[in-house]
Amino acid sequence: MNNICLKSIDKDNPSSLATYETMGGYKVWHKILHGELSPEKILEELKISGLRGRGGAGFPTSLKWSFMPRNQEGQKYVVCNSDEGEPGTCHDRDILRFNPHSVIEGMAIAGYVMNATVGYNYIRGEFMEPYYRFEEALKEAYDAGLLGTNIKGSQVCFALYSNLGAGAYICGEETALLESLEGKKGQPRFKPPFPANVGLYGKPTTINNTESFASVPEILSRGGQWFADLGVVNSGGTKCFSVTGNVKNPANFEIPMGTPFSDLLKLAGGLRKGRALKGVIPGGSSTPLIPAAKAMKMTMDYDSIEKAGSMLGAGSVIVMDDTTCMVKALTRLAHFYYDESCGQCTPCREGTGWMYRVLKRIMDGQGKSEDLELLLSVQDKMLGNTICALADGAAMPIESFIRHFREEFEYYIKHGKSMVENDG
Amino acid sequence: MISNQAKKEIDIWVAKYPEGRQSSAVMQALTIVQKENGGSLNNELKQDVADYLEMPTISVQEVATFYENYNNKPVGKNVIRFCHNISCMLNGSDELISYLEEKLDVKTGEISKDGLVSVKKVECLCACVGGPMCQIGDQYYENLTKKRIDEILDGLK
Repeated sequence: MNNICLKSIDKDNPSSLATYETMGGYKVWHKILHGELSPEKILEELKISGLRGRGGAGFPTSLKWSFMPRNQEGQKYVVCNSDEGEPGTCHDRDILRFNPHSVIEGMAIAGYVMNATVGYNYIRGEFMEPYYRFEEALKEAYDAGLLGTNIKGSQVCFALYSNLGAGAYICGEETALLESLEGKKGQPRFKPPFPANVGLYGKPTTINNTESFASVPEILSRGGQWFADLGVVNSGGTKCFSVTGNVKNPANFEIPMGTPFSDLLKLAGGLRKGRALKGVIPGGSSTPLIPAAKAMKMTMDYDSIEKAGSMLGAGSVIVMDDTTCMVKALTRLAHFYYDESCGQCTPCREGTGWMYRVLKRIMDGQGKSEDLELLLSVQDKMLGNTICALADGAAMPIESFIRHFREEFEYYIKHGKSMVENDG
Repeated sequence: MISNQAKKEIDIWVAKYPEGRQSSAVMQALTIVQKENGGSLNNELKQDVADYLEMPTISVQEVATFYENYNNKPVGKNVIRFCHNISCMLNGSDELISYLEEKLDVKTGEISKDGLVSVKKVECLCACVGGPMCQIGDQYYENLTKKRIDEILDGLK
C-alpha cells in the first residue's frame, strides 16, 4: 500500500527534495537530461503501463500525450489539474503536501515528451498548505538546477509555475481550467478544437491530473509492465482512493487496481459498531450510487465498478451506513451542483436548480406524488445536452438514488419525514 | 488604491505568464487586494485592479462575482468557511454548524455583532477524510468536535 504517489507519506520531511531523491526521485529526469530516454520510448512505456487519467475520465495518458503536435513550431504548454473539488476526494491534496516533487518530475517529463517548455500547476484556491509545500518544492528544484532553460547543459528547457484558483468546482473541467488560467470566468469551451490543438492562450496544451503526473516517474523508473502488473486488465497499476463517510477510519489508500471493495472497507476500519452498509458512491459525488449488496461484490477497477452500475471516477469512495437518509444525502448533492453550475448551458443552469428545489420541497414536507417522475424527467433532459460533464454528474446520482431507494423517497413525500431512524 | 506592497505581490504573479497575458494574474490580484481590504472587495478596488492589469472593468467584475472566494460584501474579521457537503454531513457537520451559529449568535452568511467572525457554509473543500472540517484564513481545521470548535473560537482575535 502507498507505494507510488503516497510513498513518502510516513517519512520525515516527506515533501523535501532530499527525501524524494533517497526514494529514487529525479532518476528518470536525469536520464532524460543525459539523452538516454527518448520521447518515443517514454510513450511506449506509458502505453504498456495502462495508466489512465486519474482525474475521473480515465483516458489513457499515453494516448493523450501522443495527440500533441510535438514538432509544430511555437509555444506549447503542460498543465496540471490540481483543482481537486469532487466531493469525497482528497488524495491530490496529500500528493501535493507529501510528494510534490513527483508532480514536478512528472510534469517535466511530460514537457519533454510533448516539446512543451512551460508548465502550470493549477491548484485550487483553498489549498494553501499544499500550495506552499509545492512552492517550496519548486524552489528546491530550481535551486538544484532541475528546471529552467538548458537544464544542466542538456538543451532541455522546462519552466514550471504554480497557479491558484479561487473556489469554483467547474475549473476542474480542463477547458474551464484553461479559461480560468487566462484570467476569466471558468466556463468550459466547446470541443473541438481540443486543447492539444488549441489550448492555453490558443497554443497546444495537455492537461493531466495531479495523480497522473505523480505516477509517471515511478512508472518510467520501474517499467510500464511492472506498473501494469500491479493492477488488472484494463486498469493498470495502483490508484489512490479516499474512503470517507460512515467508516471508522476515513483515510487515503493507494492500493492495486482490482482490490475488492470489501478489503478497502476493512482498511478504513470498517463500519461503526452495529451498523450495516447501505450504499456506496465509488468515484465521487458525480458517479451513481451502488447499493450495499452489489458494492460488496465489486472490485476497485474501471470495469468492475462499471459493471456494478457506476464509475471509478476520481476514486472517492463515500460510504453510507443504515443511519443515512437517502433523501437528505441526495438533496445535499443536488445543492452542490446547483451551487457549482457555471450557468453557461440552459439544461444545467436550470436543471440543477430545479432538481434541488424539488428535493428541498420534499425535505420540507411539501413533496407531491409526481415529484419523483419530475426529477427523473429533468435529469434525463440534462444528460448529454450540455458542453461539459457537470450536468451529467448532477443528473446521474438523481437517477441512481431514486432507482435503488425509491421507497424512501415515496415515504418522505407521503409522510413528510424520513423513514430512517435517527433522522428527519 | 492598491498599496505598493500589493503591487509587488501582484507583479510576482504577472511575471509567471507570457508578455501581454497579465490578465492571467487577475484572480491572484483580487485575492491580494481583498486580503488587504479586510476580506472583501468593492467596486473601487476592482476598478484599480482592472487599471493595473490593463483589463476591461467588466472582465474583473465577472471574475470577482464568478468565484466563491471573493466577497463582494463586507465580512467578519475571520471568515469561518464550514463544509456541509456529503462526507462532512455523514460525520455530523450539520449539528456542528448549528452549534456554531448558536454559540456566535449568527446565521450562516452573517457577521457576528462584534464584527469578529462571519460563518459561511461552503461546498467540498477536499479534506473529506478529516471531516467535519472548516477553513479559517489559510488554515484547515479537521476532525471537528464541539470542544474543538470552542478552542478555535477562543483563539480568534
